[in-house]
Amino acid sequence: MQAAMNTKRNLVTAALVAPAAAWLCVFLVLPFIAMLVFAFGERAPEGGYQAAFTFAQFANLPTRAAAFWNTLVLAPAGALLCLLVAYPVAYYLAVKANPRYRLILVSLVVVPFWTSLLVRTYAWMYILGSRGVPNLLAMIGIEDVRMLNTPGAVLLGIVYGYLPLMIMPIYVSLEKLDRRLLEASADLGARPVSTFFGVTLPLSLPGVTTGVALVTILLLGEYLIPQLLGGGKVFFIGNALVDLFLQSRNWPFGSAIAVTLVAVVVVVLMVAMRIAWKVAGTRQVDLV
Amino acid sequence: MTSASTNDIEFRSVAKRYGSVTAVSDINLAVPKGAFVALLGPSGCGKTTCLRMIGGFEQPSEGTVHIGGQPMNGVPAYRRPVNMVFQQYALFPHLDVEQNVAYGLKQMRPRIAAAEIARRAQEALEMVRLGGFGKRRIHEMSGGQQQRVALARAIVNKPKVLLLDEPLAALDKKLRTAMQIELQSLQRELGITFVLVTHDQEEALSMSDLVCVMSTGRIVQVGPPQEIYDRPASLFVADFVGKTNRIAATIDAGTNSIRLANGVGLAKPASANGTLGAATVALRPEAISLVRDGAATLQGTVTHRIFLGSSVEYSIDVDGLGDFLVTADRRSLDESDLAEPGERIGLSFDPNALHVFPA
Repeated sequence: MQAAMNTKRNLVTAALVAPAAAWLCVFLVLPFIAMLVFAFGERAPEGGYQAAFTFAQFANLPTRAAAFWNTLVLAPAGALLCLLVAYPVAYYLAVKANPRYRLILVSLVVVPFWTSLLVRTYAWMYILGSRGVPNLLAMIGIEDVRMLNTPGAVLLGIVYGYLPLMIMPIYVSLEKLDRRLLEASADLGARPVSTFFGVTLPLSLPGVTTGVALVTILLLGEYLIPQLLGGGKVFFIGNALVDLFLQSRNWPFGSAIAVTLVAVVVVVLMVAMRIAWKVAGTRQVDLV
Repeated sequence: MTSASTNDIEFRSVAKRYGSVTAVSDINLAVPKGAFVALLGPSGCGKTTCLRMIGGFEQPSEGTVHIGGQPMNGVPAYRRPVNMVFQQYALFPHLDVEQNVAYGLKQMRPRIAAAEIARRAQEALEMVRLGGFGKRRIHEMSGGQQQRVALARAIVNKPKVLLLDEPLAALDKKLRTAMQIELQSLQRELGITFVLVTHDQEEALSMSDLVCVMSTGRIVQVGPPQEIYDRPASLFVADFVGKTNRIAATIDAGTNSIRLANGVGLAKPASANGTLGAATVALRPEAISLVRDGAATLQGTVTHRIFLGSSVEYSIDVDGLGDFLVTADRRSLDESDLAEPGERIGLSFDPNALHVFPA
């Protein structure tokens, strides 16, 4: 009886999981295996892939060191910058804002998503371009300021584009925060700053780690923002991949880079999770 | 001012309004140093608001709250010499038991040495009999243990006044009784003022030495538990504190008697004073004794009997007056132990046990 029920429950579970599993299998696992195979192959003379078993592609990785460097520095830096901007906003929304207007304010955070990131990033291109802010600065005598195509421009674009993704998880964790804990802290003699660092911040860390991990992971594969705001000068791995697959048709080298990136992401994720578990004690932490 | 040295807490004409809603008004209360005072009332009566004004989580709209003789208007919670045991405890989930208790000590300026903090936290934990539990996480503790962690956390700073917001509401009956005794002995040991908020009249009567009964945002009576119970100032207090039978009655001018709604006349109790005309009389269930005597003041029929072990509760349909509740010692009837449902029975009582209130 019990066994029959278990079997039935297992079947239901399988039926529910099947569509997603099939989707992931066809569009994620199989391509990934193909990439793995390509990464150890050679570029065919006319472009594409040619069967072989060589580590040559991996040995070649240092030629794209700049892309790795930019990605692995600017992605976490962008995520942290995002965090610094997002936390006060999330704090205000969850703790300080009048509950009557809270929903409206929170939805304002999401409103930018209604417009394509492409369009919004183009707007930044004009703002930072020579006819934008530098032009205004020139009018008050500050000449020759270059903004577009700098790491700063890319960072700005990143913070702007990913801010809502950082605000939301932090907002959620602050919103669930029991207000009486803040009162208890004050009651025990903690000044507001001590309460923030002793209670509010630690208890919102699950939201912080979720936000940082989410934004970092997405940034590791970023293509659009460095392409538009970094020009050819500040490029990410995403840009290198587009180059290799679509321009020079060097599939094996592109695959090797992509596989390496995935390996890096996995490591980043594991470290982030380890930290999240540590700071949150035994409580459940949801990453992404 | 003399009150500064004898009263730990004073409310002077305090009112609290939220917009157009008045939570409490006209609160005047002096709590002597070292007293165990209970703010007692039904939910929504404003007792928690009063407690929160002592704690500094609410500021009075009018009047002042004094702690240790000092006016506290505008003084934030973190600067007040009081600590609170919160309802459902509000323990910090990200800290272990010892860190929770040490939290207040770590806020002290000038700073206290880490070893001293550890020693005092341990001392507080031992006081609530949780000596070996310092490294446990909060969610690993039972409800009763969490209660005691909250207590240790609140007393570790040696406050002038300890505030307790329905501290026992989440515990089961047996644990609650044990904690009542524990809280009382803790208070004697520490010698500090305790202010307890509760809606449980039994808890208020058994633990405190001063009960402040509140209703709809006002104080209706302040006094020692026995006085509150024996001489309720109003029908509300009589009803809310303990069980009571209400009887409609009239008192005629000139006569020295009181006439119950069923026409029975009784000698006017001494407490009736100047009350005249229509009145409501309150009579405690345990002030009535059942007698198998057709000449007793009131006669009735037993409708229900609830056996409680040491005592028995009877529901009796009294002729002309309706339902009465009578609590009797189980051996109060001479001939047999208990009265049977359906039995005709007499009710006798001392008229001075009647409390008369204007209707």
